[in-house]
Amino acid sequence: MSNIVEACNVRVRFRIHGTLQALLKGSKDPFIDAVRDVSFSIREGETFTLVGESGSGKSTLAMALAGLHKTAEGSILFNGEDITKMDDEAMQSYRKKISFMWQNPVGSLSPRLNVGSLITEPFHIHNLKQKDLKAESDRLLQLVGLPKHFSERYPHQLSGGQARRVGVARALALHPKLIIADEPTAGLDVSVQGEILNLLNRLQDELGVSMFVITHNLNIVRHISDRTAIMYLGRFVEQGDTDNIFAKAKHPYTLALLSANPEADPDAKINRIELKGEVPSLMMRPTGCEFHTRCPFVSSGCSDQFPPVLNEGKHWLTCHYPR
Amino acid sequence: MSDHVLSIKDLSVHYETNAGVLQALRHINLDVPKGSIVGVVGESGCGKSTLISSIIRLLAENATVPNGSIEFEDEDLLKLGQEEMRAIRGSAMSIVFQDPMSTLNPVLSIGRQMVDVQYRDNKTYAEKLQRSKEMLESVGIPDPAGRLKQFPHEFSGGMQQRISIAMALQANPSLLIADEPTTALDATLEVQIVHLLKELQKNMGCSILFISHHLGVIAELCDFVVVMYAGEVVEEGSVRDVFYHPAHPYTRKLLQCDPAVIVEKSRHLPTIPGEIPNLIEVPRGCVFRDRCDSALAQCATQVPEWDECQTGHFVSCHGVDS
Ligand SMILES: Nc1ncnc2c1ncn2[C@@H]1O[C@H](COP(=O)(O)OP(=O)(O)OP(=O)(O)O)[C@@H](O)[C@H]1O
Ligand SMILES: Nc1ncnc2c1ncn2[C@@H]1O[C@H](COP(=O)(O)OP(=O)(O)OP(=O)(O)O)[C@@H](O)[C@H]1O
Ligand SMILES: [Mg+2]
Ligand SMILES: [Mg+2]
Repeated sequence: MSNIVEACNVRVRFRIHGTLQALLKGSKDPFIDAVRDVSFSIREGETFTLVGESGSGKSTLAMALAGLHKTAEGSILFNGEDITKMDDEAMQSYRKKISFMWQNPVGSLSPRLNVGSLITEPFHIHNLKQKDLKAESDRLLQLVGLPKHFSERYPHQLSGGQARRVGVARALALHPKLIIADEPTAGLDVSVQGEILNLLNRLQDELGVSMFVITHNLNIVRHISDRTAIMYLGRFVEQGDTDNIFAKAKHPYTLALLSANPEADPDAKINRIELKGEVPSLMMRPTGCEFHTRCPFVSSGCSDQFPPVLNEGKHWLTCHYPR
Repeated sequence: MSDHVLSIKDLSVHYETNAGVLQALRHINLDVPKGSIVGVVGESGCGKSTLISSIIRLLAENATVPNGSIEFEDEDLLKLGQEEMRAIRGSAMSIVFQDPMSTLNPVLSIGRQMVDVQYRDNKTYAEKLQRSKEMLESVGIPDPAGRLKQFPHEFSGGMQQRISIAMALQANPSLLIADEPTTALDATLEVQIVHLLKELQKNMGCSILFISHHLGVIAELCDFVVVMYAGEVVEEGSVRDVFYHPAHPYTRKLLQCDPAVIVEKSRHLPTIPGEIPNLIEVPRGCVFRDRCDSALAQCATQVPEWDECQTGHFVSCHGVDS
């Protein structure tokens, strides 16, 4: 199988207010690295999932992949073409082949458009008005399990879950090659969540779409994804085949994440790896291994030397003392 | 005084829409016993947020409340004026939303906001600031004194959520309402918040009404659970009774759909086939009938009664013998 996406050493920086404020914070650099040295690939027809701490740079990476954030370094190849070097025209034709599902469903829907207009908006944006938009709207609503009459509703008249489904319908409008979904099932009950994931899986089987999915829900990762990466402070700390990650995670942060997941059993025996301390600031990254300030297994060398990369092909991680 | 901090009786809420009247809540009963944590689960769109908006009396403009009462500390909230209600919100009752930025003001420092919410207290500025510092400390924010000077965007999503919890608890409320407070957080922060709520509940003795789609979080945090479907409460009981012996067919299906309990990797996750009924033309009989495997003849015509199937375990289903 060939790779549809190949990202290499991607770095995304944000300017933080002024240099003065940066100086006051004890940093000489007015920039923060929200994403740093990230490399990964997505095979055609596969699902790649990204999990990690809140604020670790997942959405930023997704937006860079969608061409919505400038990269400071590195390359992102889509079918061999570097999207970080595309001119406006090439970028426009790239955007037609991908679709982006935003993290916040209600906030990302324009409040003045009704559902029918919202889900057919991509046809307008890309000048495809020859389509029968009413028929398209019905088809898309049916695809995501909403009754046709919902096309008359406005975003504020939807529950959180219904707004999420509208977002999915909109993302599917143009038969994308790559779907970038930021938290596609957050705020959905487990049954509707199952419906949306089955739908995405079905579209993948039928149309061969590739997917890049961000989620906090570890319970679904196991079922939907072929490969998984774990992000901390803007870097990948571990990535590999999903089965491998769930069966033999080696990075302490991954282990803490996996053990944190609450079970639907009031008497579950919980054996958690607790993380201490606070998430460090991106303005003052810790020295050595950036996870050492919170690692329960911190040991000599962790605080001053950058951890080595261990790469077995199917399983990649960076840690001084893998478990 | 009753044993319940909150007691909702026969509550209905309707929304006016161009297609007709949408009956979002119909004859809801729900109790929150003093000092307990009650979880609410149910299908997307079943009316959980509507329920909360009606308790805090911040319903959308097109909403009406045709019947019911919401007794809070032995006073019917539906009979209070907006002024009295405002006094209760943020003192005896407070709320945490899914998105912390919906409660935090982006242009004011955290300290300023935490002092502002204490406007009713007869204290000096320094005392209020001190109290804010203690609250930040109690939700596990390091260096609270320094942090008070910072603005919301200088905190991560998880910290913002902890700050909004600190602000909600600042006035020592007797009821904390939380609408999916952990949905946007990663698993490690989610359990941190769950532990935090448990601990604060123990130390401050308040009650919590907690909405979440994460069945694991409900199981770990709550004492009681209320299951809603299409605008009705269909089951209620202790977390153990409901999770181990679900009585309503909808609850059983919901628990089976949890991807956490599916051991084998599967590309086809279980769902509940069928659609939620149209709430503008609510069907006769049981609202779950169309999607139920064990529907009886009477389910099509009669609304099932609210019965106690075991001590303290309530269900509305014709198929359950009381
Ligand atoms: N436009 C911006 N300007 C400055 N800083 C930003 C900007 N967007 C994001 N950041 C910062 O970059 C970091 C990464 O943010 P990002 O939204 O990518 O995190 P995330 O992993 O998606 O988190 P979550 O799980 O909470 O959604 C955060 O520290 C955030 O504050
Ligand atoms: N302002 C409104 N006008 C018309 N209908 C509304 C309005 N607000 C909500 N609804 C409808 O009322 C029903 C209940 O919505 P509510 O937001 O309470 O659901 P919820 O249980 O919180 O769902 P979720 O889990 O998806 O957040 C839904 O069918 C929704 O479409
Ligand atoms: Mg994000
Ligand atoms: Mg809701």
